[in-house]
Amino acid sequence: MVERAPTLDFICHAILVLGAALICLPLYFAIVAGSLTIADVQKVPLPWLPGDQYWANLEAAWAKGNFTRLFLNSAIVAVGITVGKVAISILSAFAITYFRFRFRMTAFWLIFTSLMLPVEVRIVPTFEAVSNAALPLQWLIDALDVGAWLSPLTGKRYEIAIEWNMINTYGGLILPLIASATATFLFRQFFLTIPEELCEAARLDGASPLRFLRSIVLPLSVSNIVALSIILFLYGWNQYLWPLLFTTDKDMATVVIGLKHLVPRADMEPAWNIAMNAALLAMLPPVIVVIALQRWFVKGLVDSSK
Amino acid sequence: MAKAAPARESGLKRAHFREPRTAYLLLLPQLLILALFFFIPAIRALAQAFLLADPFGARSQFVWFDNFTALLSSPEYQSSIWVTVVFTIAQSAITLFVAVVLAFATDRVVRGRGTYRGILLLPYAIAPVIAGILWAFLFNPAVGPLAHLLHALGIPWDPNRNGDHAMILVIAAASWKHICYDYIFLLAGILAVPQSLIEAAAVDGAGPILRFVRIVIPLLGPTFFFLMVMNFVYGLFDTFAIVDAVTRGGPAGATNILVYKVYQDGFINLDLGSSAAQSVMLMAFALVLTVLQFRYIERSVNYDV
Repeated sequence: MVERAPTLDFICHAILVLGAALICLPLYFAIVAGSLTIADVQKVPLPWLPGDQYWANLEAAWAKGNFTRLFLNSAIVAVGITVGKVAISILSAFAITYFRFRFRMTAFWLIFTSLMLPVEVRIVPTFEAVSNAALPLQWLIDALDVGAWLSPLTGKRYEIAIEWNMINTYGGLILPLIASATATFLFRQFFLTIPEELCEAARLDGASPLRFLRSIVLPLSVSNIVALSIILFLYGWNQYLWPLLFTTDKDMATVVIGLKHLVPRADMEPAWNIAMNAALLAMLPPVIVVIALQRWFVKGLVDSSK
Repeated sequence: MAKAAPARESGLKRAHFREPRTAYLLLLPQLLILALFFFIPAIRALAQAFLLADPFGARSQFVWFDNFTALLSSPEYQSSIWVTVVFTIAQSAITLFVAVVLAFATDRVVRGRGTYRGILLLPYAIAPVIAGILWAFLFNPAVGPLAHLLHALGIPWDPNRNGDHAMILVIAAASWKHICYDYIFLLAGILAVPQSLIEAAAVDGAGPILRFVRIVIPLLGPTFFFLMVMNFVYGLFDTFAIVDAVTRGGPAGATNILVYKVYQDGFINLDLGSSAAQSVMLMAFALVLTVLQFRYIERSVNYDV
């Protein structure tokens, strides 16, 4: 600090307290509502202090939301997206920084242009792609008319139809989300800062590219990987549109989707106490991650956007 | 990053391997997934946008720009564009303004800085749909504590009937969720301002606020630019879940932003041609934003590193 300005410091504290209060307000009322009985939660005005039903509501929310299964699903999906994204991004970043080959820049641009195709932009065709991931193969078969080639052999006309339906599978929830231009770009930028001597030395020692990746590049990238993984875990856990479209089976839904079903609508019993309790549950894992790993989380966020 | 030597390919290490086959194998997973779930669907959206399928889906006809002209002349789409513009600009401006004030204050205080920062970062961890649910409850006209407060003040608050109220609520929820993002980047940016500049200005008699306005904010120019783009991306695409949780696009389309409309027309109303045309329009917006984002990356590479 350059000079003392007690009045300004006081104002700054006041602003921050106000800001923090604004952030906490919805969370506080979620705790209040989540600890009331269903009769109390409908009182007008809502009580300003929490009730004593928190644990009872928690049990009810857990059972009603099928959360044992849904937490497992969310964990699998979030970890799957994180691991998958990190893995394929490192591999492709390694390929475009450490190899000279013909379509290097083409590959780079292909990956980079995917930035302008967020999921939300191509909802319907992507749904078609997931409901039958073998569709491109089918076109190939139709275009080459493979069925007609086979007919002289047996004298019959064949229709070849292949299908690979990924609706209601972990694959459908994870695979379409693991391509990542930003993660690839982050690792590319980082690899460019690795000293050239390391690769030269590794090559002199006769290391293969994969050996160099495993023994030198990966250990150097650990802090980047950790920071990015935190962001990706939050991203995976908090997915909404994707699981909404691709899970019709209640047992394949994620926690966030399960929560949405607990929120009372106009024609339902207004069980806001259960819904708010469930909302607190659903946000718990990512909130713990952000609080416990704050410094890593900030690094990951700032790095991955540059 | 040093400027690449002219003979060197950009973004290639000087010491590199020449085993194209390995490189292709390494790239395969990423490119396969991109092809299956990004490029082919995008091309299909593009193709469908120019086709008109008959109601049985058996045959489709090439109709040039008919889907687009129908779309752009439909009053619902026009109102959706207007709603999106209002929502995105209001949300971006509020988010950025609040984040600047909070970042300035955080940089100023010494005691409790970590605690303030920890609390202000919390919404980043919270899913947009959950943020939406929290705000929908607070302002629920029947049970919400803040809605009750408004009623007590004589304001007939009802986001289920009044479109303006619904819009205010969605903007509030979306901003609440996104302030932390801008705040993190501004805080990092403020910390990177050379202390010598601040001290020199202080010696010349500039007070803390003047220094912030005249020195820190101009130096943060690229950060502001970047955040503005990211706020637009967020407002245009990532707020689907908030709208779905708070208003479902209603009442009477008052909060039916473009992304929500694509979902509704494509999935609920099954109007594929129109939905595809809307997808293509959104891709165009995304393209513009990506180009802007790329300019920022180029700039930060040239000046910062």
